[in-house]
Amino acid sequence: MARVVVDVMLKPEILDPQGQAIARKLPQMGFDGVVGVRQGKRFELELDGPADEAALEQANKIAETLLANPVIESYEVRVL
Amino acid sequence: MDAARVGVITFPGSLDDRDAARAVRLAGAEPVALWHADHDLQGVDAVVLPGGFSYGDYLRAGAISRFAPIMTELVAAAGDGLPVLGICNGFQVLCESHLLPGALLPNAGLHFVCRDQRLRVENAETSWTSEYREGQELVIPVKNRDGRFTADPSTINELEESGRIVARYLDVNPNGSINDIAGIRNEAGNVVGLMPHPEHAVESLTGPSTDGLGFFTSIVKKLVDA
Repeated sequence: MARVVVDVMLKPEILDPQGQAIARKLPQMGFDGVVGVRQGKRFELELDGPADEAALEQANKIAETLLANPVIESYEVRVL
Repeated sequence: MDAARVGVITFPGSLDDRDAARAVRLAGAEPVALWHADHDLQGVDAVVLPGGFSYGDYLRAGAISRFAPIMTELVAAAGDGLPVLGICNGFQVLCESHLLPGALLPNAGLHFVCRDQRLRVENAETSWTSEYREGQELVIPVKNRDGRFTADPSTINELEESGRIVARYLDVNPNGSINDIAGIRNEAGNVVGLMPHPEHAVESLTGPSTDGLGFFTSIVKKLVDA
């Protein structure tokens, strides 16, 4: 069985207050040198067969229609 | 003539469907309960998508509801001119369905915000706002977690230039929406999305005002005049 990962991130121009809240906490914890944090989502699709071309094409379709909203988010599909 | 029939769709996780139905009745129309899992709009004259957290708002607000069975019929009917009002979660569903442009993101302040909100009606020419006048100020409740309306600059520009901003927040922007946008409409004007809740401001006993009733009397007047 293969596993396909879909990473979904807010587009760079979209404000990410969750990431900002995390970034603000880091210096207080003693972690220096991080100038920004963006928070995203990771999905793992478990397939009943190999991650062949057709499966990846379908994973892209799933990402585009449901997992990500292309108005605000970008996505990347890869085999784990 | 028979009363106008206004459908209110209930999704799993809808919260404000009963209040929306009550507002429809107070405005003089007959509310018709519609079920998310049916492929049937029951011949209604208009539809309200109510507030709540449909399908738990898992994934993104409105993302899963968009694929509810009844949405197939709703998207087609809205394209043919059926008046549709999406309130809060309903607005999110309309954006996810691409019946309205843009998207609604988590509030900039990351808090769920619930308060009486001052608004200005910016467009009184939609199916849902004709009983107001342009520039009229309203106080109706806002209560959301994902109310930050966002779209790319060219879309925002187009909405502003073509008068498709229906309402704007006054005093305080509760969620960081671009240009204080509280509601927008589609190009034809039959589909309106609104983040605040007019259905909670239709009776003085329970609301901060009765300012919200105009959204419902507007559609009833349009349907009766038609």
